[in-house]
Amino acid sequence: MAEKRHWLEHSITQNFFVPVLAVVLSFAVGAIFIAIVGQNPIEVYYVLFSQTLGNEYGIGQLLFKTTPLIFAGLSVAICFKAGLFNIGAEGQLQIGAFATALVGMYTFGVPAFIEIPLLVLAGIVGGGIWGFIPGYLKAKTGAHEVINTIMLNFVALALVSYFATNIYNVPATVHTPSIAPTGRIPRFDVFFSGFEGSPVNFSILIAIVAAIFVWYYIDRTRPGYELRVVGLNAKAAEFGGINVARNLILSMTIGGALAGLVGTNYVMGYKYYFEEGFSTGTGFMGIAVALLGNNNPFGVILAALLFGMLEYGGLVINTMVPKELVSILQAIVIIFVISSNKIFRKTLVNYMKTRTLSVNQ
Amino acid sequence: MKYAIELVGITKRFARTVANDNVTLSVSAGSIHALVGENGAGKTTLMETLYGIYQPDSGKIRIHDTEVAIKSPQDSIRQGIGMVHQHFMLVPTLSVLENIILGAEDTRNAFLDLAKTSERITALADKFSLSVPLNEKVQDLGVGIQQRVEILKALYRKADILILDEPTAVLTPQESTRLFGILSELKQQGKTIVLITHKLNEVMEISDRVSVMRKGKIVGEMDTPTTSPQEIAELMVGRPVLLRVEKSKANTGKPVLSISNLSYVDRRGVEILKNVNFSVASGEILGIAGVEGNGQTQLVECITGLVKPTSGTISLNGVNLVGFPVKRVFDSGLAHVPEDRLKRGLVVDFTVKENLILGLHTRQEFNSRLSMRRSAIEQNARMLIKKYDVRPDDPDAIARGLSGGNQQKVIIARELSRNAQLIVASQPTRGVDIGGTEFIHRSIISERDKGKAVLLISADLTEVLSLSDRIAVIYDGMIVKIFPDNKVEESELGLFMTGTKGNGREASLA
Repeated sequence: MAEKRHWLEHSITQNFFVPVLAVVLSFAVGAIFIAIVGQNPIEVYYVLFSQTLGNEYGIGQLLFKTTPLIFAGLSVAICFKAGLFNIGAEGQLQIGAFATALVGMYTFGVPAFIEIPLLVLAGIVGGGIWGFIPGYLKAKTGAHEVINTIMLNFVALALVSYFATNIYNVPATVHTPSIAPTGRIPRFDVFFSGFEGSPVNFSILIAIVAAIFVWYYIDRTRPGYELRVVGLNAKAAEFGGINVARNLILSMTIGGALAGLVGTNYVMGYKYYFEEGFSTGTGFMGIAVALLGNNNPFGVILAALLFGMLEYGGLVINTMVPKELVSILQAIVIIFVISSNKIFRKTLVNYMKTRTLSVNQ
Repeated sequence: MKYAIELVGITKRFARTVANDNVTLSVSAGSIHALVGENGAGKTTLMETLYGIYQPDSGKIRIHDTEVAIKSPQDSIRQGIGMVHQHFMLVPTLSVLENIILGAEDTRNAFLDLAKTSERITALADKFSLSVPLNEKVQDLGVGIQQRVEILKALYRKADILILDEPTAVLTPQESTRLFGILSELKQQGKTIVLITHKLNEVMEISDRVSVMRKGKIVGEMDTPTTSPQEIAELMVGRPVLLRVEKSKANTGKPVLSISNLSYVDRRGVEILKNVNFSVASGEILGIAGVEGNGQTQLVECITGLVKPTSGTISLNGVNLVGFPVKRVFDSGLAHVPEDRLKRGLVVDFTVKENLILGLHTRQEFNSRLSMRRSAIEQNARMLIKKYDVRPDDPDAIARGLSGGNQQKVIIARELSRNAQLIVASQPTRGVDIGGTEFIHRSIISERDKGKAVLLISADLTEVLSLSDRIAVIYDGMIVKIFPDNKVEESELGLFMTGTKGNGREASLA
């Protein structure tokens, strides 16, 4: 097929173009809601963008919100590649972050080059275990992972909340004691004064490395190949001698481990302790992030940046519009993205078809 | 002569392919008209356009001399057109009666009037000698009867033009004969029938006139008595073809696969395979003939390690494979062309090159320490695409976009590239066009000639008869007969396939 294709026909450009179009349109619809509450949409959007992207502090806040979303998004995305719907990132990140804090509070005096990897590992193991359980149940009993991850979210929340408020808490607080100082991940403002006051820290590098890892694993390695076969056609995987059960367990475990890394941002990079209620649904936003990012690790980073911006931007425009409006805007983005895939793609293809036809004639 | 259907200048495009290119076709009222062509020639698209599933980009449709606009199947049903699709559109869990009236229910005060409807359907069935058990669930019926239900469904909607898409693909010779009887009966009563097929003997047997399509165009139209299968085949393919498979005498060696006392009881406790015994030697093709659903699928799954037999042994070069995981079965020297290429054989969202290593992906040549060797995968694909003439010749093409024949070639290429001692080929040319079939048959025979053992399972009797060196017949989970050569009449095979002849136990011990 030497025929030259229109650029819109390539799936890569479509994969990029369609979500971007969806986001732009959702902002347009969001403008209507802003107008309804009696504000000028242009002004509100101006404040939203200038306060988040216009100065280093804003960017810092945005990145701080982005980091956990990358982890959660990657968690959902890798499970999705294996054909599993991980609704349990929230529980996994709670357990992971708690494990990080717990190990951190008992390991004083360990040098940083050991302590930091150790705490990261604690998050990986904690989240990994919480992902392994539904993965194992799915593989061995066929129990649906959606139900089990939802249930395990409740279990995780109750567990950490009990331990963080009753057993391991600093008296009269709902948080644990501080982790060893050597386990702290430095903030940006240590090196760049412009970020002064923002908790953004170098855990975002861990998030980017995690994204590269996920990409490499899925796209380039043999286990990644097997995982994709399982996700796309389990019967064909069976046929090809691939152990389907093992891949289901593995992908959920890796997914859990990725979510468990959320603690690097909050526990190791911000508060230095685990606090009950530190995550406000990050795990669930991860689903939207993965969706918007098309389950592509780099798409996940971009989507997490958008949702990170909306999250912080919501605080910025709080004085101008009700805070619910930001939730509405987020919801519209998600709805547009989900429904756009079919609608926009079709429109694009039709557009391209009429173009090539008229060129041919 | 009056025409029931006139399609004038129909053009239908999908994305970049032209499925129907300015097609003009007239079908006389009260005749049986065969529409033949290779896969992807556009026959089904043309008929589905007539049936209202697709809208043509241009062209006109006239039914009984009146120009009509058909925007949906509802419109075409109103015009008296009925279609029996290749894959039946029946609800398995509903009864025959419920299926027939679905969407065209007779009601009395908002309740179904089953008694009256049942009477009407019985009358209709009698008129065309289409006996069907009205109160049984469709899932409990054989495919031949399900097909009659489909025909009755169309007649119940007052169809006088009936389109049948590859109706004999799933039938035994006896059932096909019966179907043709029904079609003749329908014709007698003034119905017009369009028969989509690529089986040329059927065309010769039943049709009055035949139109041949190739690459979206009508390339020939003749009265059936004035033509020959050879002429039709050449028009379909666009070049001279061999309708008979050319092969030399088998040079049989030692047994490669020996199956003894193999039984399989499924999860529901149903005994699917009953004491199966046979062997396949190197250099021979053993064909297994049988109506689908008589245990062939499970037999293959037992051999290939996808399910574990309840008892018995399957030995490959003296090694008992029972209990081996799939990968080890493959490693023991087996290649497997699965019966359902979309379900098992391919990952349709993968590229061709990714599909070409499925099951071979653990081989050292495709792996370096951390990642897979993309250049080796690419090279493997280029080599196999060339050798097996896969089109498009693009390792990065998504498998979903390939024609059925080319998808099958990808699987054949991959499996034969294993260079295994035993090749288990299940329905290797199902849904593959004449050109592709010819190629696949030649590939299989050349493997045989290299001394490989081939176990061929096919519902297509012509295929079994022309490829096999020996033929075993499976019926109700038993091998009821093994013919020492392929010199046997189709009708004779048919009798064993339907259990009319042959005592399972005796034969499987023989």
